[in-house]
Amino acid sequence: MNVIVCVKQVPDTTEVKINPETNTLMREGVQSIVNPFDLYAIEEGVRLKEKHGGTVKALSMGPPQAKEALVEAVSLGVDDAFLLSDRAFAGADTLATSYTLAQGIRRLAPFDLILCGRQAIDGDTGQVGPGIAEQLGLAHVSLVRKIREVHPDRLVVERMTDDGFEVLECRLPAVLTVVKEINEPRVPSIRGKLRAKSYQVTVWTAADLVAESERLGLKGSPTQVVRIFTPKRRGRGELLEGKPEEQAAALFDRLREAGVV
Amino acid sequence: MMNYFLTDEQQMIRDVAREIAEKVIAPVSAEHEETEEFAWEVMEACAQADLFRVSIPEAYGGMVPPGQVGIFNQCLVVEELSRVDAAIAVSYAASALGFFPIVLFGSEEQKRKYLPALADGKVLAAFALTEANAGSDAGGIRTRAVRDGNHYVLNGTKQWITNGGEAEVYTVIALTDPARGSRGASAFIVEKGTPGFSFGKKEKKMGIRASATRELIFDNCRVPVGNLLGREGLGFVVAMKTLDRTRPGIGAQAVGIAQGALDDAVNYARKRVQFGKPIITQQAVQHILADMAIQTEAARAFVYAVARSIDAGVEDFSKESAMVKTFASDVAMRVTTDAVQIFGGYGYMREYPVEKRMRDAKITQIYEGTNQIQRNIIGLALAKEYAAKK
Repeated sequence: MNVIVCVKQVPDTTEVKINPETNTLMREGVQSIVNPFDLYAIEEGVRLKEKHGGTVKALSMGPPQAKEALVEAVSLGVDDAFLLSDRAFAGADTLATSYTLAQGIRRLAPFDLILCGRQAIDGDTGQVGPGIAEQLGLAHVSLVRKIREVHPDRLVVERMTDDGFEVLECRLPAVLTVVKEINEPRVPSIRGKLRAKSYQVTVWTAADLVAESERLGLKGSPTQVVRIFTPKRRGRGELLEGKPEEQAAALFDRLREAGVV
Repeated sequence: MMNYFLTDEQQMIRDVAREIAEKVIAPVSAEHEETEEFAWEVMEACAQADLFRVSIPEAYGGMVPPGQVGIFNQCLVVEELSRVDAAIAVSYAASALGFFPIVLFGSEEQKRKYLPALADGKVLAAFALTEANAGSDAGGIRTRAVRDGNHYVLNGTKQWITNGGEAEVYTVIALTDPARGSRGASAFIVEKGTPGFSFGKKEKKMGIRASATRELIFDNCRVPVGNLLGREGLGFVVAMKTLDRTRPGIGAQAVGIAQGALDDAVNYARKRVQFGKPIITQQAVQHILADMAIQTEAARAFVYAVARSIDAGVEDFSKESAMVKTFASDVAMRVTTDAVQIFGGYGYMREYPVEKRMRDAKITQIYEGTNQIQRNIIGLALAKEYAAKK
């Protein structure tokens, strides 16, 4: 099983503040981390390799400093790491990002599986994983909480839904985006850290990819960010107090008042 | 903590051990304390993070370069794990106590057979010397090993064996020639599952409750001749040379316990308000904390110095090894007792982890040789040293 894990370096959002005047993220002085959801994708990739053999490669797109995130992936057990970095990639929306990553993935062929975190904690769109699948014409399953079965040509996975999960079978190669329920990411090993310390990330520019320049970066991005704002909280929750029976009675009264029952 | 100028590799070992302690041990510590169940999930995480490799030679899956020992590495890990939970740290450390005899005295074949799996952390080791009537007087052991063809037949009972029942590989000291006293003891590698080898009751302890402490029962247990470590009669040499190298690890455990208690106490004193201000502003409290910090740092510096000198290849270090174990464990006992005092009534409540540290600290003054026995070793060494000067 040859796995490619897509990794994004993001600002540590527990530290991020929004500039109230410009409504943009204030990134200055904020530490960069591996997108937390991607850590689950890395862990799953490494586990698949440990169990079924093969390789795990990590791929990212971003400025040169995103190498740090890839080096961390190496310390966690990834075999090799590749960074797509070029001014031409800057300003990409999810469409251009998916396209660029897909072109990088083509260079990393052959592969059986692409793993992504469910979404990045900075943009929160959750579009890039499925977007990569579309660009490459592959099957994808989002929000995977468990890989049940691994076969040479197909997977059986559990996809998380609001009220449970679905069991899906998909052919390989495929793209999965994973949720944090899928595993418990490991602590980097000493050997992994020693390897990461001297590891050189391979950097590819636009010239290294077979890519149409008008589909890259800002030029390839139909999405324009008009405004970023914190949505107003609509509606208020109400906590009912008292013993369980009293709460149940109060709830029933409320529902009757609302004409629901 | 002072800057001890760790190498990059040592710093990495410390960082990984700290991450395991904070991310893997801390969330399950209280539960294991309560249930007294062995923390296999932590041992697996330690294994995955390569922590069992730090004191095993490179040639057998470890990280120690040829000619070195890895005592300092071992101390770094034990200190970090003990800072969060000394009981779980003991399970890790006791495996090293069990495999050091193989590292030090094992034949090439024995090393190849046992060390790689121990380095991978797939299995744990344990060390069995103590018996019901042979504690400080280790020469009083009664477990016998009688040669019978290609086997030794073991009979007897070992007591209070850390990792008993959980470990797969046991180093067992038994008498092959009772007439020769302590020179009649030999060391054997005994695998779990060997017919005639079973486990007795699991002890309920004052502290380090999550660690497994059990009897090993040998009833006509046949051990292949190839599992003899060194040669017949070398049993006590194996035991003493091993303990000389592991006592700094007890010191490191004590330093970790003391550091954890100091961290707890300072954090509590900053938050606890009495007489309208945090108690850390009271000089009476500050002085207690200052003494705790002085002692903890001094113990750490001593542990590191002894571990480094062993790694550097000094010839005789029984005295220093005894000194550092004694000093650091006495420090841990005092510092944890003071930490409970800083917490006052809250410190006495089991809801707070600080009383656990005090209970855990006590064992460091007792096991791997009581501090009284350590002082005997030191006293004897002083007498010899000064006699030689004349």
